[in-house]
Amino acid sequence: MQRSFLAQNPSVLWFIAILAVFTVVVTLMSEVTGVGLISTSFVKTLGKTLCLCLVAIAMDVVWGYCGILSLGHFAFFGIGGYAIGMWLMYARTEGIVMTSLAGQPIPPTPAEISDAIGNQIFGVVGSSEFPMIWAFADSLALQLLMVVLVPGLLALVFGWLAFRSRVTGVYLSILTQAMTLALALYLFQNDSGLRGNNGLSGLQNIPGYQDVSQATVSIIFFIASALALAAGYVFFAWIVSGKMGSVVKGIRDNEARVRFLGYHVESYKLFIFTTTAVVAGIAGALYYPQAGIINPGEIAPIASIYLAVWVAIGGRGRLYGAVIGAAFVSLLSSWFTGGGAPNIDLGFYVIQWTDWWLVLLGFSFVAVTLFFPKGIGGLFDYLVRKPS
Amino acid sequence: MKFKTSALALTALLGTTAMAAAECADPIKVGVLHSLSGTMAISETTLKDTMELLIENQNAAGGLLDCEIEAVVVDPASDWPLFAEKARELLTVSEVDVIFGSWTSVSRKSALPVLEELNGLMFYPVQYEGEESSRNVFYTGAAPNQQAIPATDYFLEELGVEKFALLGTDYVYPRTTNNILEAYLQDNGIPAEDIFVNYTPFGHSDWATIVADVVALGADGKQVGVISTINGDANIGFYKELAAAGISADDIPVVAFSVGEEELSGLDTSDLVGHLAAWNYFQSAESDLNDEWVTAWKAKMGEDRVTNDPMEAHYIGFNMWVNAVTEVGTTDVDAVREAMYGQEFPNLTGGTAVMLPNHHLAKPVLIGEIAADGQFDIISQTEEVPGDAWTDFLPESAVLTSDWETLGCGMYNTETETCVQLTSNY
Amino acid sequence: MLRLLYLALALWFTMPVAAAAQSLQDILQTHQDEVLSPGRRSVGVVLDDLVASGLPQALPFLESWRDREIVQRDSDGLFFRVTEDGDTVTLQDLDTGDTLTASEDDLTESRPNGGVRRAIGDALVQFQLSDPDIAKRKAAVEAIARSMDASQLGPLAASIDDEPDAELKETKTRLVGMLGALFAETTDARVSAIEALSGDLSVDVRAVLNRILSNSEAVAASVPEDANIARMLVVGEDLTATDAYTRLVEAELAPALITKLQIREALVANIDGDAVSGVPVATLNTDAARALAYDLLAADGTVPPRVDETTQTEAVAAHRFFVQYAETDPAITDAARAALDNIERNVALNQSVDLGLDALSLASIYFLAAIGLAITFGVMGVINMAHGEFIMMGAYTGFVVQQFVPDYTLSIIIALPLAFAITFGAGVLMERAVIRHLYHRPLETLLATFGISIALQQLAKNIFGTQARPLTSPEWLDGALVFNDVVAISYIRVAIFVLALVFLCIILFILKRTRLGLEVRAVTQNPGMAASMGINTDRINMLTFGLGSGIAGIAGVAIGLYAQVTSEMGASYIVQSFMTVVVGGVGNVWGTLAGASLIGFLQKGIEWLNPSNTLAAQTYMILFIILFIQFRPKGIVALKGRAAAD
Repeated sequence: MQRSFLAQNPSVLWFIAILAVFTVVVTLMSEVTGVGLISTSFVKTLGKTLCLCLVAIAMDVVWGYCGILSLGHFAFFGIGGYAIGMWLMYARTEGIVMTSLAGQPIPPTPAEISDAIGNQIFGVVGSSEFPMIWAFADSLALQLLMVVLVPGLLALVFGWLAFRSRVTGVYLSILTQAMTLALALYLFQNDSGLRGNNGLSGLQNIPGYQDVSQATVSIIFFIASALALAAGYVFFAWIVSGKMGSVVKGIRDNEARVRFLGYHVESYKLFIFTTTAVVAGIAGALYYPQAGIINPGEIAPIASIYLAVWVAIGGRGRLYGAVIGAAFVSLLSSWFTGGGAPNIDLGFYVIQWTDWWLVLLGFSFVAVTLFFPKGIGGLFDYLVRKPS
Repeated sequence: MKFKTSALALTALLGTTAMAAAECADPIKVGVLHSLSGTMAISETTLKDTMELLIENQNAAGGLLDCEIEAVVVDPASDWPLFAEKARELLTVSEVDVIFGSWTSVSRKSALPVLEELNGLMFYPVQYEGEESSRNVFYTGAAPNQQAIPATDYFLEELGVEKFALLGTDYVYPRTTNNILEAYLQDNGIPAEDIFVNYTPFGHSDWATIVADVVALGADGKQVGVISTINGDANIGFYKELAAAGISADDIPVVAFSVGEEELSGLDTSDLVGHLAAWNYFQSAESDLNDEWVTAWKAKMGEDRVTNDPMEAHYIGFNMWVNAVTEVGTTDVDAVREAMYGQEFPNLTGGTAVMLPNHHLAKPVLIGEIAADGQFDIISQTEEVPGDAWTDFLPESAVLTSDWETLGCGMYNTETETCVQLTSNY
Repeated sequence: MLRLLYLALALWFTMPVAAAAQSLQDILQTHQDEVLSPGRRSVGVVLDDLVASGLPQALPFLESWRDREIVQRDSDGLFFRVTEDGDTVTLQDLDTGDTLTASEDDLTESRPNGGVRRAIGDALVQFQLSDPDIAKRKAAVEAIARSMDASQLGPLAASIDDEPDAELKETKTRLVGMLGALFAETTDARVSAIEALSGDLSVDVRAVLNRILSNSEAVAASVPEDANIARMLVVGEDLTATDAYTRLVEAELAPALITKLQIREALVANIDGDAVSGVPVATLNTDAARALAYDLLAADGTVPPRVDETTQTEAVAAHRFFVQYAETDPAITDAARAALDNIERNVALNQSVDLGLDALSLASIYFLAAIGLAITFGVMGVINMAHGEFIMMGAYTGFVVQQFVPDYTLSIIIALPLAFAITFGAGVLMERAVIRHLYHRPLETLLATFGISIALQQLAKNIFGTQARPLTSPEWLDGALVFNDVVAISYIRVAIFVLALVFLCIILFILKRTRLGLEVRAVTQNPGMAASMGINTDRINMLTFGLGSGIAGIAGVAIGLYAQVTSEMGASYIVQSFMTVVVGGVGNVWGTLAGASLIGFLQKGIEWLNPSNTLAAQTYMILFIILFIQFRPKGIVALKGRAAAD
């Protein structure tokens, strides 16, 4: 079975091989091995890009294969980040508080410990009480479970309601966008208990491993992200290649016809929607410890639209297209906005890319949609001369 | 604006050639970490320009340690995680000696862990909510006791306000400031039911109901005053609605902590005349130094540009840093940090700013009334107030103090006499 | 009448002259500091001396002082009235009126703050109540209204008869009524004054009544005989047992509770080796263990004992908690209570009307922002994510026009059609260049227009900067339409409401009554069939899209007038606009109206429930909309039949 799946999908093997080589090369050239050709901050950027590729694959499956243009997958990504961020913050603060309380003449009561941690975490946002949602923050296992459960459940409930009501097409897109906006607005409130606009920060310091250098931490997360991407790729490639994949693609092309054939379309859509949400959550949980901070701005509807943009530019309906799109656009983006691109002097006016990059991106995006609906991935078809 | 770049480059070039060809072992790099794009660009770009002007001036005056100072400008694009990324780049790739940057609290909190991990040095120029004192940050903006508390005193003492509406944008600075103010007002005998608090989202525009609520506060015969921590664009709609409701500064005075010259420039201020703002600096301050600074700024940026409080903070911070570096003869962070304590530099408003061991400045507090030309009539100026990292008006913070010089700790519990932690709360 | 007035004034000024034969400058010099930098509390001395001096020049001085025209000459410390005319500075002697010139550098301005200006205004009242200048009389009346005082009742009442201006006379009468309620000599006079106020909704009348009813909560073993009791407080209903005990402690009627912190401190202070009273320190990590150790310490007499539950209950039971009025006369407080209750009922009613107006205004803003979408998305089915940017373009058009046309009325009149023209053009261009190719791929339209949206937003930033730009409304839109003291709405909002109505009518007219509308409806229902009937579908699509975009441009001008013009303003309306259209029901302009009303009223309703957090209101509103669409996917006004198919 396994062999035949891979045999059907040579691209999976290719992808894994390239990713493995890439990971090994980056690791060898990083500061950890002493070579130092790739700086720690660039390793972090690469690690984050791998996570973005993972969520892009999920987006590709839900949109490119199943035809649901979800503008909510970056919200699931963010939820994953928040879930792991809560533990990171709690555990690190607990460490600090315990050290500081250890010097006291009498041992602290549980209430005193919890008050002190609360004051440290929420003091900056003018509060010191622990909200209900932090109930499990002291347990890594439970918070890891939340990384999977919260996006999964949210997607399940939302998807069940939406698909049951036969909300499709652009309506569903708008609805998912509304969900994302509601979530972002909710998190923006200080009363949400997740530190409002400030969000959770200092996430790059892993509790218990504060003495380990960031160079090592960044490489570990980079490798973990690469593994997660590989696993996610194989998993989704397996899903979309079997019989299930055929049904899903059928739903994309003509939902009514698939329904008349006797398939329970809603269940398939719900399964895809929920699974991809869970993967998005996992990607987020890997991404934010590398970014160091998560806040509601990350979840804003525009982020989810960008996700769709990446997938579209990379090429929908092919998993490697999503990876290429996410990596290409996000790295290009940081190159342009980071002042890496040389300014163009027109004599009477200097084009500064920090100002003009978004204009370029916007219009090139229009061009891709109009003229290259298959995206960059479409070039591969051309290269291998596989007419579609 | 960008058309001027070539002219600027020319002046910079001339400056270089004019410099004495002294020996310079290690070029001095100053990182500028201000957003040049995104929502915060409006405020932060001005600070980038300020830094460039300061560095130009310093180079024209002979540079620092026989070296020319080079500005390394990066754009974190109002994207908070990028502040951490760019800070790391500045410290490890560009290897800058010091960073001047950040505006919002969240951007500072994002860069903090990186600064502390890599032992960098940053100057933070904006008024903020306090409750922080990092070893690697110097806070040249106002702490709450240097802006919010004196303004509230002014309301209580001079305007006889008995009922307060604390209106703010829903983020950290207003939340913490209002918490401190609530505690402070209650200490001063204002009952909790006479304090109305409201939070609105960024860029809020629908102010009719909130203004009506504020007016209704006057129903029990007490003088009402508004303390506004409303941020940015939302102020425009707020003041428009106040004016539409026919409320003048004599009826309900509004004191704002986030409205300065830059925010008022290009705005029709006729509706705002008489309302107040509290800062450590106003462009209208009368002193020779200030005249000089305003002239230099206008010469560089154009006649219609204004100066404001965070610019003065950078002005003081940069000059103090230059003096400290000159004093110890190196840009080594720890040496410079030690030399910063007690460093004095004249304020643009008169008097002298002093860097305290808690990494905050002692600065005077000014209260200005908005005038019809978008400037402020300074109606009250205090003596230098020492910035307090941990407020005295919240019970959890009252026991904390910060002293990096003698105690070597930014979060020291005076009750238990222990250092709570050496790093910061992020 | 006038003669009487002159007589009074003459008396005022001649009387004290004998006592003080000094000049105004002398008085000012004795109070140099207070005059130069006055404070609200310190200025009283100066004012008292000035009034007591009875100098005729004191009155103009006070007015100039209030208007910030007084300066001190640094060289000799003398005060002058200053007038600036360009670069020349003219000083005027305060006593003699002689003028002289001076250099600006030598002068320090005296800047009385708001509180001081109010105090000066109070001092001026007595001179100005019968001043021939109506502006000064008004200022005096306003000053009284801001700080009511018993001494003002007599002079104000006396000035009413001679008041020539009818409107001001009414204000004075009203004010006398309020002063009477507060300060009249007899109970009957006060009660009747209070009763006369009971129909008045204004904030200052409510302020007067509340002042009469000012009360405080108190506790005592038994209710004092002479107290004017407002009501009794029942423990368990009005306040909790813990609160009640805290009040007893505050009144020093019961011993204070020992807090956890105090227990901890007491234990720390009494550590003996590694134990406290024999309890090992290591075990003191729960509240129960600490309490136990503390009780042992208390048994030794080292610390005061804890107050147990029964003692607390008994202490609370032994005392009466009540609210008492500061005013001792129950007849007055009863009358005031009745009047205030009556007013508050009215106020509550009016407040809900006011909230309704706000909601209506918000709904019309949403409607205006969404109506363009109702055409492009609702009727044509094209998702245009750049719709918000068309709103922004309209607003910036208004801003640019104002840069060239300084007359605000004229500039708005020019800006409205110009904004329409520009966004119409942009819409047509976009339709021709992009959307036309994507009619069969709706999801991709979404993405392509999103690309245009970010490009336009960034372009606007590059051109206009990120700073919010002002769009100033013409003068006749300043101020508010005031129905009474509670219900009011600003004229700009009224104008937006009217504009929304006008557009509703125009669009309904175009769609239902014109050839174009007929063709639009035909094309949207069945393009193929419409084309075969000879309708140029390309042209119709282009025009419809242009129309929808053009209306967005006009909406932009309107929105810019009441809020701010930024490059991101469009983005903040786009999601709401889409939801307005979807909730209302696609394909129907009435649906958009229903959607906007629902969203506007809902948001105001939620805000009213939780007034301190506007953000929460927006969040809950969106959640409601999501749920609403789940249960009514076709919106409020659902199309029936074949047109409803996707």
